[in-house]
Order: sequence, then C-alpha cells, then structure tokens
Amino acid sequence: MSRGGDAGRILTAVLIVLALAAPFVFYPVFVMEALCFALFACAFNLLIGYVGLLSFGHAAFFGSAAYITAHTVKVWGLPPELGILAGVAVAAILGTAFGWLAIRRQGIYFAMITLALAQMIYFVALQVPFTHGEDGIQAVPRGRLFGVIDLDDTLTMYYFVLAVFLLGFSLIVRTINSPFGQVIKAIRENEPRAVSLGYHADHYKLVVFILSAALSGLAGSLKSLVFQLASLTDVEWTMSGWVVLMTLVGGLGTVLGPVVGAFFLVAMQHYLAQLGSWVTVVQGVIFIFCVLVFRRGIVGLIATYAVPRLRTQAREPSAVGDAAARGTP
Amino acid sequence: MFDFIHLTIPPAPALFAQLLVGLINGAFYAMLSLGLAVIFGLLNIINFAHGAQYMLGAFCAWFLLNTLGIGYWPALVLAPLIVGVVGIAIERLFLRHIYRLDPLYGLLLTFGLALIIEGVFRQQYGSSGQPYAIPPELRGGRNLGFMFLPNYRAWVIIVSLAVCLATWFTIERTRLGAYLRAATENPVLVQAFGINVPRMITLTYGTGVALAALAGVMAAPIYQVSPLMGSNIIIVVFAVVVIGGMGSILGAIVSGFTLGLVEGLTKVFYPEASNTVIFVIMALVLLVKPAGFFGQAR
Amino acid sequence: MRIAILTGVAAILALAAPASAEISGDAVKLGVLNDMSSLYADISGAGSVEAARMAIADFGGTVNGKKIELISADHQNKPDVGSAIANQWFDNDGVDAIVDVPTSSVALAVQQIARTKGKVFLISGAASSDLTGKACSPTSVHWTYDTVALANGTGSAVVKAGGDTWFFLTADYAFGHALERDTSKVVEASGGKVVGKVRAPLNTADFSSFLLQAQASKAKIIGLANAGGDTINSIKQAGEFGIVEGGQNLAGLLVFITDIHSLGLQAAHGLQLTEAFYWDQNDQTRAWSKRFLDKMKREPSMVQAGVYGAVTHYLNAIKATGSDDGPTVVKQMKVMPVNDFMTKNGKIREDGRLVRDMYLFEVKAPSESKGAWDYYKQIAVIPGEEAFKLPGPNECPLVKG
Repeated sequence: MSRGGDAGRILTAVLIVLALAAPFVFYPVFVMEALCFALFACAFNLLIGYVGLLSFGHAAFFGSAAYITAHTVKVWGLPPELGILAGVAVAAILGTAFGWLAIRRQGIYFAMITLALAQMIYFVALQVPFTHGEDGIQAVPRGRLFGVIDLDDTLTMYYFVLAVFLLGFSLIVRTINSPFGQVIKAIRENEPRAVSLGYHADHYKLVVFILSAALSGLAGSLKSLVFQLASLTDVEWTMSGWVVLMTLVGGLGTVLGPVVGAFFLVAMQHYLAQLGSWVTVVQGVIFIFCVLVFRRGIVGLIATYAVPRLRTQAREPSAVGDAAARGTP
Repeated sequence: MFDFIHLTIPPAPALFAQLLVGLINGAFYAMLSLGLAVIFGLLNIINFAHGAQYMLGAFCAWFLLNTLGIGYWPALVLAPLIVGVVGIAIERLFLRHIYRLDPLYGLLLTFGLALIIEGVFRQQYGSSGQPYAIPPELRGGRNLGFMFLPNYRAWVIIVSLAVCLATWFTIERTRLGAYLRAATENPVLVQAFGINVPRMITLTYGTGVALAALAGVMAAPIYQVSPLMGSNIIIVVFAVVVIGGMGSILGAIVSGFTLGLVEGLTKVFYPEASNTVIFVIMALVLLVKPAGFFGQAR
Repeated sequence: MRIAILTGVAAILALAAPASAEISGDAVKLGVLNDMSSLYADISGAGSVEAARMAIADFGGTVNGKKIELISADHQNKPDVGSAIANQWFDNDGVDAIVDVPTSSVALAVQQIARTKGKVFLISGAASSDLTGKACSPTSVHWTYDTVALANGTGSAVVKAGGDTWFFLTADYAFGHALERDTSKVVEASGGKVVGKVRAPLNTADFSSFLLQAQASKAKIIGLANAGGDTINSIKQAGEFGIVEGGQNLAGLLVFITDIHSLGLQAAHGLQLTEAFYWDQNDQTRAWSKRFLDKMKREPSMVQAGVYGAVTHYLNAIKATGSDDGPTVVKQMKVMPVNDFMTKNGKIREDGRLVRDMYLFEVKAPSESKGAWDYYKQIAVIPGEEAFKLPGPNECPLVKG
C-alpha cells in the first residue's frame, strides 16, 4: 500500500489479525474457500484493473491448475508444494499461449477470444481421461507439506492457505507499485505515448497476462487441495463470469476490492444456498446494481468517499473500454 | 489419447441428409444471431439477455396455449409482440443509462438480466421443461429419398429465410433502415434533422428482442420449453455473431447458416466436439480477421 | 502447558469412548441433499424432503427417546457444492445421515466424505453401480436402483422380446458412457448385437443428426444412454423423424415418470423402461402415493418413494441397536429384511446394495390413459437377484472372496 501510509499499514495489520483469528469464529473451510477466490479475483483484477483488458476465460487457468495439482498429488503422489508448483507452471504456460494469441486484440474482441480459448480447454477437460469428466478428481489427499506439516488438520491447512494468499497478494501489490507497474499504468492511460517513449506495450501486457494466469492457477491449485476435489465446475465459463462479478462488486482496479468482493459473494452463496434458484436471481440483481449504480464497487466507494487518504488507484473504471474506443479492434 | 476421433466417411446420401439437418440448425442460429447483430450493430449493446429472451418467447407460446388456448399460429405473432414490449421496458429502465459507457458494461448488465429472468423461471417451472406439440398442420413429413424430412423442419427453414431477408432488406434498403444506420454513426446530427432518435433506439432494441422471441416460438415444438434453453444456446449464438462480424446483418445470416452446416458435419465425423467446433472457428476468425467476415472495424 | 494439553486430549478421548453405544448429539439428524432447482429437481427435490418427513412422522418423530431432525440443501448437481455441504453438515451441524443425492458424481464425492467420517449415506437418487462397486463403503446403502439393474431390466427384456440389434445414442459424459457400457454387456450376453453408437455432447438441443445416424444403422433398437433433458429431447425428436413408424424402437435406459409427464403420451407411447416403483401398482403404493400427491400435487417418483423406505429402515435399525454410530447401524440394516409399500422381501447385500424387484414398464398410448400420471402399464417383474446380478466379479473390497 504505497500512498496509504499509516492508515494503510494499520488497516493491513488489522486485516491480518482478523485473518489469523478467523478460523476460530467462522467455519474454516468457508474462509479458506473465500481466500482462494480472493486470490483468484486479485489475479483477475491485475488484468482488468491495471491493463484494462476484460478476460472471459480465466476459469481455464484456475481449473487446469486445479486438475494438474489434483492429479499429481493423487496419482503421482507428489507432496503438496510440488503439486501446487506443477499447477502454477501449467497455468503459466497456458497463460503464455493464450496471452500471446489474445493480446493483439482489445475490448470485446479480447473478451471473446479468451472465452473461445477457455471453451476449448473445457472441451479438453471433458474428453481427457485423467479428469474423469463430470465426476472430477475426487479424494485428493492433502499430504504433508515439505514432508513434515500434516495438512489434513483443518487449522494447519487454513494457515497454509492464508500464508499462500498473503504471498500472492503481496506479489501483486509489489508488482503494481514497482517501476514495472508504473509502465503498465502509463500504457493504460495512454498507450501511443508509452509506445512513443520506447516501451513495447504488447510485451508488458503479455507479462501481466502471464502473471495473472499463474496466480489464478495458484488459486485453483489451492482450491483443489482445500476441497480435495477438482471438477468441471472449475473450468466452466460460468466460473469466469463469477470472478468478473467478484471483482466488479469489490471494485475494479482497487487493491482490496477483489478480496472484499470474493468474501461477499462466497458468503452470499453459502447463506443463500437454501434458496435454490433465487441465488441466481440475486446474483443477477447484484450485477445490474453494480453496473447501473455501483461501478466503483464496495472498496472503490469507500476509498473515494470515506477515507480520502486511501485513494490508491480508485478511478471511474471506464478504462476498461478506452482501448476499444480508440478504434483498434 | 487421440482415439476419440472417428473418421468413417458415411455414404453420400447420408452425408446429404446431415448437411440438410445442419442447414436447419443453421436457420435457427441465423434467426437468433440476427436479433443480436441488429442490437449490436445499431445500438452498440452486447445483449447477453438474448438467450433469456428466446426462452421467454418459447414460454410465452406455451403459456398462451395452456392458459388462453391460443395456438401456434397466433402465437407466432403475439409472443414476439409481448416479449418485444418487455424488451422495450428493459431498454427504457436499464439500458438507456449506460449508452455512454463502454459496451462491456452493457454486456455485464444484460448478463445480470439473463440471470434474473432464468432464475425466476427456474424457480417457478423447474428445469424438466414443458411439452409443446407441433401444430397439426405441420406434422408428419415427406420422404426425400435420402432422408425423411419432417414438415416442421422444412417450415423452419422457410420462415428463417423469410425473416432474415425481410430484416436485411429493411435495414439495408429502406429509408427507415437508412435512418437507423445514420443514427448509429451520428445520433446528434440525425436528431437535428427532426428524427426521434431515442424512440428509434428503443424500438430497435424491442425488434431485436422480438426476433429472439420469434426464434423461441419456432423452437418450442421441437426443443423442450425449459428455462435452461436460453443459456445453452447463447454463447453459440455469440460465436456466430462474432464470426459474421459484430455489426453486420448479412454476416450474421451467412455465418449462422454456414456454422449450422459445419456443426452438422462435425456431428458426423467427431460428434463429441460438435459443441466446441464453433469456438475453434471463432478463435481463428478473431485472430485472423477480428472484425469478422463481413464486419467493419469499429 | 504441554501437560495441560495432553490431559485435555486424554479427557476428551475418554469421553468419546462410550459414545459409540449412544445416540450422539442428543438427536438423530438427517440431511436430505439433492437437486432442488435444476435437472433432477422433479424426481428428487422437495419431494424427497417430503418423503423423508413422512417417514419420520410415521415412525413417531422420536427414536429411543431422542428427537429426529431433518434439514435439506441443494447441491446443484455440482460435486464441489455437494462436498462442501456434506463436510459442513457432518463437521458443524451434527448430521448423522445424508439421504438421496441424485447425480452420481456428487454421490461419489459425498460417499467418500461419509466413509471417512464414519457417517451414514442413504442413496436413493444416484444411479452409478460404482457406489457399491469399486467405490463401496461400509456406511452406505444404495437403496432404489442402479445402472446394473437398469441394464439388466431394459436390456435383457428388450432383447428377449426380439430387439436384438442395438444402436446407442449416448450422452458424452462419464455417466452416459457407464450406462452404455453396462447395457452393451447385457445385450451381448443375452444374444444381441451392438451395431453402432454415437456420442452427443451433454445438453445437446438438437438430435436430428444423431437420429439420422441411428436410422441409417438399421438397428432394431435405439438405446438412449442419456438422462434428463437429453432423453426428453431425443424422444421428442425421434417422434418427429418417424423413427418408430420406420420400424425401429426406442429403449430409454434412464427414464423417470416425470420425464414422461414432461413429454406427454403422444410423444412417448411405446417406450419401454425399467423403474423400481410406480404409484399405481397396488393398493399399498396407491395409498402412500395419495398422501404424497395431496402434499406435493404430483405423483411420487421412485427416488422419492425410495427415500421414505430408506429413512424408515434406518430409523428401525437405530431402534434395534440403540446407537447411531454409522458402521453399526448400517450393519444392522444389512441384517434386517426390508418390507414396505415399495419393497417386499428386500435384502441389503454386503456391498451396500439393496436387492429388490424391478419392473419393466411400457408407456401407454393416449387412448389407454385415464388421466394425468396414468402413464405406465407393467410388462414384467424382474426379480431382485436377476435385476442386480453383476456382469462380472464384485469389485467392492468389502465383499470377501
């Protein structure tokens, strides 16, 4: 948190304390699930909030890493840390391939390409035998971290997930606030000028894409160990829609926004679970509400009005479409 | 691992039959993507609620039959009108406020609308679907030698071609269409000429929605009238529109029929992939010619 | 500090030891987990919850002095959602038994969790025979039906009646493949031949292309190895393309009465299918179904009737053993014979499979039906031993030898 200063640091400390105490207050599996999705949303936000590219295919990274981790841990017997690394590596490779193909386009075309590529990954996941189709990979053992720490204990697993989340999150914050991050912001603000200054915009965008994909993969790998299950739900296009909603609700382009959005939506899904189809209706209402009234999201709103000092990157997120408006398809 | 690809080539008459069946599916895709292309081409809105509006058309026809005793033929006109009015309401209440924003917000808003409409119907009607019979005049079929063609399917092609041609003609060749196209390019100037642009926009959205509903009524006798029918088909229709070119009416029509054919062929050679082949094509088209085959770069 | 912790742990363990002969948590809590909003909501859904409620009420509301409680949730046909709910129910909410769970992928996930935690799983909705095969569990009972029974029922009966060449229209997912595989084995063992097959993606709307391939194969029987909306669509469109008029017959491998209700008799008549229950079979089924109809406004499916039977048998077993410990109760369930309005002289096998009679039905023509839900005529009874006979050796590790 750069410009936040003291307020930012206090907020961070408070949040970390809350996170450490959470499993004693809330059902730990629920908090772990929220943390995994928070990481996923933060990774997604890198792309849309800081580069301005809306991807509709992030489920491909999330889900394929989940499958790879589940398979390597269950069938090949790898310890969890190697399984996670394998998942992240595969997600990064996919990210490189997808990114290289999709970066050339912007706006709606970028979104459509990512959707199409993600659908192809869904098809592969459906056909390839090791995923077991709609049964998914079940009974994934959590194993012993580094051969020593038994992750079957829920509390231990929780702290492990929290540690990985904090690692991923701080990586994102560091990236945003680094010189690299400054160049990215420059590209988002005015790409032709950045190019004229000698920056290869496409290369920078690709690096962010790969980072976003790898971290989404990290979230997916974690999730497969938390639930001990990797299934088709993780690669479906509705999962991509889900992460868009989380980021939108929390606040596009803010640092904490995706985390807040993720917690909010996971909580909503749990507490409204007995309502059946009404959950879909509520999600739809939230989408509409966010687009019409609430474009800054929860954190964006707070950042702009309540705590002026914390106004980091909260801006009217119409940056999403600036690239498209510039006329390049 | 690649043993899932079957490459047995069926005899020619069978292939012919498959192509015809693919063409019939293509007729549906064309009708559906027509509405979407009209809305995007003229309003710059990505109407993700199109699938839900298609479903509304089918349900409207079912409701008219079951509750009011109104049969298929009147429903062909009534259902699109009713759902079109709903579309106008949507435009007035929601879409009006986001025209100045990026089209992606339109996508998110209509996505939310789709979730609401489908959620409500699923809650009310479950998802097994409701029966809707083919109207007696169109039952049965004729043996064409290489296949037995149901009369209703032949009817689908005829209606689809008629609707597609009528829409294309209206937009590309009539004065009304000229006004619409001009309003897309420069609404202020067109308004200055005394033409009520906001009303035209509202009516255009309503028409696009009505087209979706018409496709829904056509689909009701042969597919199950279920709340899920829209979400199953919406991303395919999107792919069709993108491939044809997002603003182009002709593109939507041609690519709709063509993709129906391609899907039909895939069902013969590699049936498991028949849902996915359209996305492969979409990805390729986006990479090579992102404006689509008939579209203009915007 | 460490001594304090160790003492505490020892104390907890000491307290836990006698718990096995008691009812935990002062109540017997059942959780009905199924699809409330989507594909299988009609065959299970709220109807299963009602069936469980009826079973508890008929039992008296308490067992051995402890109250019986009931909760329910929607797993949306997703293994993640199902396992999250199962974990929460077992860990946090004191649920002793999970009931129903249609959709085999979810059932397999829940069974794994129940097995690990030593809790009971009463399966009514799911169909996969793997639940009592390689994935079997000592705390599960597979109550109503499975893919083996469907294959043995529809498959062999149809072949015996003359349908000896088959073409499979299969939904391209693990369950569809399993259904096709099991039925193919039975068809071939009965002297028939599989002349072709095609795999359609799940949730295909239009089957015309696949039906044309089926017509071209000239097989006497087109086996529909799919479920839900896919089955309904393929039957409807088969009617359009004149499949039956052309001399071929359809065999629905997984069809429920709710599917026929959705299709209408015009489209579905002549279809042969295997079910475990039909509301109009005898006085007992009619009496029970009337109670269900009054509450739910629709006739019960076999899944819902099975939930009633499973819950009743489970409660009886608790009464007999005085405990609600998972493995103990299930062992007792396997000892006691099953007799209720739906099952006569049923016996639960070592692997958890309830062996009961199945019935081959044919869908009536519109002229033969007297009204709503009067859809089936019973063609044959398939005795339990024959219906659930496995095609090969039993893969369940619990079965000795």
